[in-house]
Amino acid sequence: MKLKGWKELPIGGIVIEPGNSREVETGTWRIARPVVDPQKCTDCLICWVFCPDDSIPSNGKVRFETELYHCKGCGICAVECPYKAIEMVQEADVIMEELKLTSK
Amino acid sequence: MAVELIKERKAVAMTGNQAIAEAMRQINYDVAAAYPISPQTELMGFFAEYLANGLVDTEFITVESEHSAMSAVIGAAAAGARAMTATAAQGLLYMYENLPIASNWRLPITMVLVNRALSAPLNIHCDHGDAMTARDSGWIQLFTENSQEAYHSLIMAVKIAESALLPAIVNMEGYIVSHTIGNVNLLTDAEVREFIGESDWRKNVPHPLLDTDNPVTYGATALPDYYTELKYPQHLATFEAKEHVKRVLEEFNRLAGTNYQVIEPYKLDDADFAIVVMGSTAGVARTAADQLREKGIKAGVLKIRLFRPFPYEEIAEALKHIKAVAVLDRHDSMNGLASPLYQDIASALYHLPERPMLHDFIYGLGGREVTVEDMLKAFNRLINIYTGRETRDRFTEYLQVRE
Repeated sequence: MKLKGWKELPIGGIVIEPGNSREVETGTWRIARPVVDPQKCTDCLICWVFCPDDSIPSNGKVRFETELYHCKGCGICAVECPYKAIEMVQEADVIMEELKLTSK
Repeated sequence: MAVELIKERKAVAMTGNQAIAEAMRQINYDVAAAYPISPQTELMGFFAEYLANGLVDTEFITVESEHSAMSAVIGAAAAGARAMTATAAQGLLYMYENLPIASNWRLPITMVLVNRALSAPLNIHCDHGDAMTARDSGWIQLFTENSQEAYHSLIMAVKIAESALLPAIVNMEGYIVSHTIGNVNLLTDAEVREFIGESDWRKNVPHPLLDTDNPVTYGATALPDYYTELKYPQHLATFEAKEHVKRVLEEFNRLAGTNYQVIEPYKLDDADFAIVVMGSTAGVARTAADQLREKGIKAGVLKIRLFRPFPYEEIAEALKHIKAVAVLDRHDSMNGLASPLYQDIASALYHLPERPMLHDFIYGLGGREVTVEDMLKAFNRLINIYTGRETRDRFTEYLQVRE
């Protein structure tokens, strides 16, 4: 997200648009991310119910990929999943994997 | 609808508290919230009488503490109301956590601070200890010398706060001004109301909470990525506030025939030695300067009316040619350095190629009477240090302490 400069902000730090918490990238707070095993996931949507950050998009039938811009990595979805289909993977490991891929 | 009581200008004998209550009646605030504390109690009492007699439309909230008083006027001002409170000493300190909120939210609240010494020891009399604690709160601060200035300053403060979009404190010295009768020239109700303009909740603040068609959030969190960007506009506004103050003072001078400036030099043009002071002490300081001039010593006085934002450019210009300056502060910050006013004056002069010698006197604590003799003593000590006849261990001294 591009951060706004001081001239773009309303006087007094007031929030003038509703729902603008959508713009705040809370994904940077995460130290572990939920990784779904598609073989185990049944689209029961229990994770969608429990996600406190509304980061699991769904059309009511299918679980779409976790929305990592907002996911804080709390791990509630992994705990609640009745099929143990969600594994919390350390962000550090993700970064190491990415580094290995780019250094090849 | 507020009653029009004073239709012709008149001079009356009034205490500072009466004069402020009169200004409050003429301003006809939308909201006032206050908790009693000496020497402010009487002031809100006078205003409550006006309210009970149906002379004003103000919603007067009798809150359970100063913390609530400040919270109530912040809420009222954010809603779009023209709001005020009044307090003193520990009452201000109890409000304190809300002061920087009012200034960052850019709410044009006005506050009358009836200056009183801070505890401990417990004391209800005047010094500037309370005002000095608020010097870094982002509020505009005006100091006043007598009830006439206090009356005028509250009227001006409403306009200053609303044009600078910053809250403003009018300092009036406890008992010395608040309970002492002096001549007060009152403007007519119509003149005051025309000068400050009608209170319009849609225009008093840019985003009033009462505007339910355009709902806004006050008080959202700003984390490290945004805090700086939400402080910087306030930083600029505080600097810009000086120009708003100057413009409003000029407008008021045209209306009332006064000659108010952000700083008020007295016989400084050719002066060798000067006292810098705020509040009622300016009077005795001027008398002392006159007495010294009769003896051939070129003495002068600089009274500071606008304390925040600090008019450092005007002060440097007024003092740059003086040989030695004594800064008198009616407060001791207990910081192991110097009084707050001394620090500000020293900062204002630092960038000059040649600076006056500075000395700091802490005086008038807890309502200690300040006489012409005290001012002569300050001048003499200053002159003797400057000429080398006396030495000093520190540049900060108590003027009136008994051995």
